[in-house]
Amino acid sequence: MRKRLPWILWLLFSLLLAGVLGFELFAQPQKPHFLPGQTSVGHFQIELTCNACHSESFADRETIQQSCVGCHGEELKAARDSHPKSKFTDPRNASRLSEIDARYCVACHTEHNPEITLPMGLTQPADFCLTCHEDIAEDRPSHTGMAFDTCASSGCHNYHDNQALYEDFLLDHAAEPDMMMGSGLPQSSLPQLMAMSGQAWNTFNPTRVAEVAERDWQLAHQEWLAGAHGQANVGCQNCHQPDPEAPWEQQPNTEVCGDCHQREQDGFRTGKHGMRLAQGLPAMTPELARQPMKTEASHQSLTCNSCHAPHAQDTRVAAVEACIGCHDDEHTLAFENSPHHATWTEFLNGDRPRELAVSCATCHMPRVEVDHFGQQVVVVEHNQNATLRPNEKMIRTSCMNCHGLAFSIDALASPELIRSNFHDEPAAHITSIDMALERINTGSNPDPQNPNGERP
Amino acid sequence: MKTRLITSVVAAAAFLTGCGGSGEPEQVGIEPKVFADSLFAVMKSDRTNYTKLIIQRLGPNGVGAIQPLEHWEDTENSAPLPAQMFRYGAEGVTEMTDSFTYSLQSLWPVNKQNAPKTDVEIEGLKYIADNPGQNFYGEETLGDTTYFTAVYPDIAVSPACTSCHNAHRDSPRDDFKIGEVMGGVVIRLPLPQS
Repeated sequence: MRKRLPWILWLLFSLLLAGVLGFELFAQPQKPHFLPGQTSVGHFQIELTCNACHSESFADRETIQQSCVGCHGEELKAARDSHPKSKFTDPRNASRLSEIDARYCVACHTEHNPEITLPMGLTQPADFCLTCHEDIAEDRPSHTGMAFDTCASSGCHNYHDNQALYEDFLLDHAAEPDMMMGSGLPQSSLPQLMAMSGQAWNTFNPTRVAEVAERDWQLAHQEWLAGAHGQANVGCQNCHQPDPEAPWEQQPNTEVCGDCHQREQDGFRTGKHGMRLAQGLPAMTPELARQPMKTEASHQSLTCNSCHAPHAQDTRVAAVEACIGCHDDEHTLAFENSPHHATWTEFLNGDRPRELAVSCATCHMPRVEVDHFGQQVVVVEHNQNATLRPNEKMIRTSCMNCHGLAFSIDALASPELIRSNFHDEPAAHITSIDMALERINTGSNPDPQNPNGERP
Repeated sequence: MKTRLITSVVAAAAFLTGCGGSGEPEQVGIEPKVFADSLFAVMKSDRTNYTKLIIQRLGPNGVGAIQPLEHWEDTENSAPLPAQMFRYGAEGVTEMTDSFTYSLQSLWPVNKQNAPKTDVEIEGLKYIADNPGQNFYGEETLGDTTYFTAVYPDIAVSPACTSCHNAHRDSPRDDFKIGEVMGGVVIRLPLPQS
């Protein structure tokens, strides 16, 4: 018996362990004990929900690709992806695919490999461009001698989104001055969109005035009256009791916002603020973030109401105060002393129109033109990461509303300037526009790069 | 006589149904060349119509209502270039089937990625340039698959083709003339593994 006891204990322990792990594996939505390695900054929020990417057990590349496209496909399409899958499916690329199978996102963005993960979740060596473009100098002599890792790191090229960097665009905007304050930001088309949608809502029922006092809702009512919903007479029950048969919801969840603001909600759920909600997980909280956050905000849940206070719906708060209430990094902390913030203060004081003032949202949640059933409309991009992957994506949506292209490229290529929240002029100059001009003026590509040259 | 007739019919039927003891039934289907030629006919017809009926008629050489531009998405009242339309078609096809692929290539490409790359592509494009009016057919193994590869001449059908290519700063040639071979359409069909 004494000899058997260790074996029995070992067996019991093994069964217990198998039971616990099996329960986690098969019955739990999150599986912390099965995480093979830390994921990138883009996915860590949902890394314990294996089936967010591995939608099937032992999912192959094709299946995982569907998960990638499910979340990122629309964004790539909107960015006019320079390297879509369709570019690589031609058999003539077979030799290239044997080196990097660019038909699949995971060829360059593998997960659970923190040791080899570069910015943008890249897990290929930094010289991956040369796999196909090694002979670029034959076509563009100006590129002779450029370092192998400068293609995408110097503000010149991106793998996916080159909307602000292609040669004709550089030429079209070559003559722009640093500052070109015209009409500033485009006006939001929200009222027009609501009218187009044919969306109807219940207006405030005056018979409820007595109920407001009875239930001590005066403050909420006052805030509502002054806010966007009050001005559009969007009554209480639209959010608190959208289904008249259902009970009154004291604190509606974010689902109800999407009833009218679907596009905004979709954007929110695609970015880091709302991606956990998109996977059915509890909302993101600052304590989970991998970047500096304010301690006092650690446990705040990120929902629509985190930035758009219920009832008040003050987008001035959502555009600045909400951001700096949580974020605690150098760039955020430097905002209040920045030239951009000075314009925001002037707006708050009534000395400047909002379209010429810069808030956090101006750059990180820009007003963008999108196609809506054949019409161009302006909406607020609620995926605050959309303009940061990489930051040149911000050039067209944000910077160029007020700044010239050359200035914008230079500014975004400077990590120091970003840290100081653009407190000074860009120190270095990216010569891509000069190179494009030189090529059309001389018909050739005579000059080598001058990455540290003086700004003209 | 009657017995002989019945015997002949049974023998013919047995042969036609593969019961003649000759092993695998003979494969039936469209010959790769016929299939590729047919695909090219559709491509050429659509491409010519787009160039003549849209770009030539509505573009700067016509009523000037639209402007064919490479970066048409950034310019109002502009339209994709015929070559881009062709490429969009090829990309769309890859999302629907892998039974064939096609691309537009040239010995004088505006985009250097559209220069011939495989030996058959190089040989084929040279052949159609040197032998106006003729197609080129070959076989090649790329990766682990053998392909039937057909190369068809892409001919300048309107001034829109020549003027744009001759003036483009990335074009290696500025002397294309209407009716001249500017490049080639390469169609590839994967062949069954033997």
